[in-house]
Amino acid sequence: MAFWITQSLNSLALGGLLFILSAGFSLIFGLMRIANLSHGAYFMLGAYVGLTLLRTGMNFWLAVLLAGVAIAIFGGLIERFVLRRLAGQTLSQVLATLGIAFVIADSCLWIWGGDPMPLSGPASLRGAVRVMGALFPLYRLAVIALALAAFVALWLLVEKTRMGAMIRAGVDDLDMARGVGIPVRSLFTAVFCLGAALAGMGGVIAGPILSVYPGLDADMLPLALVVVILGGVGSLVGAGVGSVVIGFIYTFGQALLPDLAYVILFLPMVLVLAARPRGLFGRIAA
Amino acid sequence: MSVPALAVRQLCKSFGGLPATDNVSLEVAPGERRLVIGPNGAGKTTLFNLISGDLRADAGSVRLFGEEMVKLRPDQRAHRGLARTYQIITLFPRDSLVRNVMLSVLGLSPRRWHAWRPLPGSGELRDKALAALARVGLEPLAERAVSELSYGEKRRAEIAMALAQNPRVLLLDEPLAGLSVEERKVVQSLLEAIPRDMTIVMIEHDTDAALAFAERITVLHYGNVIVEGTRAEVVAHPRTREVYLGA
Amino acid sequence: MKRAVLAAAGVAALALLPCALGNEYYVNLSSQVLIAAIFAMSLNILVGYGGLVSLGHAAYLGVGAYATAWVALRFGLGPFASGAVALGVTTLMAAAYGVLALRASGLGFLMITLALGQILWGLAYRWVSVTGGDNGLSGLVRPRPFGIDLTDARPFYYFTLVVFVAAFALIALFVRSPFGASLQGARDQPRRMTALGFHVWMIRWIAFVVSGFWGAVAGVLYVYYNNFISPHALSLTQSAEVLLMVIAGGPATLLGPLVGAALVVLVKDVASAYVERWTLLLGVIFVAIVLFLPDGLVPGVRRLWVDRIARRAP
Repeated sequence: MAFWITQSLNSLALGGLLFILSAGFSLIFGLMRIANLSHGAYFMLGAYVGLTLLRTGMNFWLAVLLAGVAIAIFGGLIERFVLRRLAGQTLSQVLATLGIAFVIADSCLWIWGGDPMPLSGPASLRGAVRVMGALFPLYRLAVIALALAAFVALWLLVEKTRMGAMIRAGVDDLDMARGVGIPVRSLFTAVFCLGAALAGMGGVIAGPILSVYPGLDADMLPLALVVVILGGVGSLVGAGVGSVVIGFIYTFGQALLPDLAYVILFLPMVLVLAARPRGLFGRIAA
Repeated sequence: MSVPALAVRQLCKSFGGLPATDNVSLEVAPGERRLVIGPNGAGKTTLFNLISGDLRADAGSVRLFGEEMVKLRPDQRAHRGLARTYQIITLFPRDSLVRNVMLSVLGLSPRRWHAWRPLPGSGELRDKALAALARVGLEPLAERAVSELSYGEKRRAEIAMALAQNPRVLLLDEPLAGLSVEERKVVQSLLEAIPRDMTIVMIEHDTDAALAFAERITVLHYGNVIVEGTRAEVVAHPRTREVYLGA
Repeated sequence: MKRAVLAAAGVAALALLPCALGNEYYVNLSSQVLIAAIFAMSLNILVGYGGLVSLGHAAYLGVGAYATAWVALRFGLGPFASGAVALGVTTLMAAAYGVLALRASGLGFLMITLALGQILWGLAYRWVSVTGGDNGLSGLVRPRPFGIDLTDARPFYYFTLVVFVAAFALIALFVRSPFGASLQGARDQPRRMTALGFHVWMIRWIAFVVSGFWGAVAGVLYVYYNNFISPHALSLTQSAEVLLMVIAGGPATLLGPLVGAALVVLVKDVASAYVERWTLLLGVIFVAIVLFLPDGLVPGVRRLWVDRIARRAP
């Protein structure tokens, strides 16, 4: 019994992390039609930046925030000076993000070296709690709560604010949005920064669970892709549902059938894409 | 009573609840020149897309010389003798004009599957392509890149590509649109020169040129056939006036 | 005629290369370039001529290599027999993958191919009993065509060169054939092509299978060059690298893949002696090419060359 509870909670925690990672990817893809292949690299870069900040003795949550800001600025510069120049050529933009992923990954290797590094969580969240008879790390529970908070915050942003309305309009029909006077270029930059920030913060938050290592980007990117394809591009609810589903599949897959873990993970994605190119909730075809 | 060249029966297509084609039926006799007209949004191009197979019908039947087509892919329909031109020019701009038309001829040839020897620059394919270009008066421009042609020339090239398929039924989607008076005359005369073994169905606006060409006219409105008959009948019909001038 | 002369000159140059290079290290590097070029040419069929961008092409290199190794080690089949079996198996896999991947196009296609590649990578890592997991498979013997020993750098280079020239010639014929024309037509105007009587899905599927076949050829050469195969060959990084080769060299050109392969392999090997961060350099070059020379190096250079000649004429 304890096994099921522990693994379910682990699944939710992983799902939470995946949500923070994928929400940004989904927004960027949905609005700008760019599959940001450097998204995993932003996640990793955020983790490394957070690590460096934490080494100065900074408060954990402050480090998360600052890492987010740093990656947001970085992402904004990329969007403004590389992606915007390729406006309208989605394939070229995707390829450019691929090249940038290479650059970021190697830079991290250069600056921080090749050894995996542990990232310690906040002292206040150390230790474990009893949940329905099973012992579970307190930090991971916090991650679940954090992901829920992020979901609510993003949902409010997208549904209740003016910027959110503009995003929704852009995802639905970009030309129409332009026609109504929505400042599409600035919106693009803003959304890209937001997505990058989420990825960066996600990296730090995931640190205590996944640690930081070269190759983290290549590990996380496919997961983000699976979540977004499964849940549908441009849909927050889709990203949420997709993250939880993948969290469960991956965690239980690892525990019960470790040899086939990757197959179990990607097969649903292939099947969904092949059967329903829109994903389960999405509004535009991939 | 011979088999109609094209028989459409109760054809339906809706987009998200809105019927673009609403139970349309029509029959075109072999060799006939049929004109389909209607105000913007009447569903003319949708109807063509359903006949050519670019769109899948929700219900209904499309028969070419008695053979049911409605479940076939567009390329299969092309092989059974259907050809069409498009409203928006869809040629291959970087290639030469003759190469474009050669592709058209290749489409119906079993040689299109050959993967082990180069596409011949000369020979049967090229000759047939040049013949099609001659029919529309573009043979002198055969080696020019399509991107260098004028709009009127490109429109004629579209027709050449369809003619190169030697179809039994030819669907022309607004062949005169955007052409100058001179160019219209050229296209008109080349259409009139097409022999009667080819049935022609044309979408056009109700210009004099189109009306002069048509033997029978079908008027569409909101996806329905509202009037059909000979030119004289349709022109005189009160509903036609209603639809075009507003009730 | 002119093209034939240029081609002969090119082959001759490549044949004389080992003599010019002398050092065995560089001869081996040249073999690597040719193997990478075959790999890139195979992807170019899909990307350049078919307009279908795949991020999972490493699957064919990897499965071609793993299958060869496994059959040779497990059943003791000779190198050529193992290679043949591997080619067959990988081509069948490409046929199946093609059916799935071609359900989508554009970015959806990219995603499916990426996912399919990841599945294989995951299998290579976890199915330790078959693939050796992280340690991979080793202990292979190079083939002995007509009894010639290929252990040394030079003989193996010539062997690879023969395969490369054959691949180049066959692929050139393929893209210049009527089928190749229909593939490129389907890339540019799929709707038009269907109306003209072309079965666009079938054309693309055949291209997918042929592309997988040549990728497998590269894989067989790869495993014999290294006498070793590990999951890295199936990684996303590998798929990204070969895509980079195609895009950088110039998609839809015959020489582009060779140029792109040379660029990547040389940056990796030679530049890494001087510049430790070669991936970074590669990434920067790639972004620069995407930004400034979007058609790739071969058309870009060709255009510069034509401009220069045009400017010289009175």
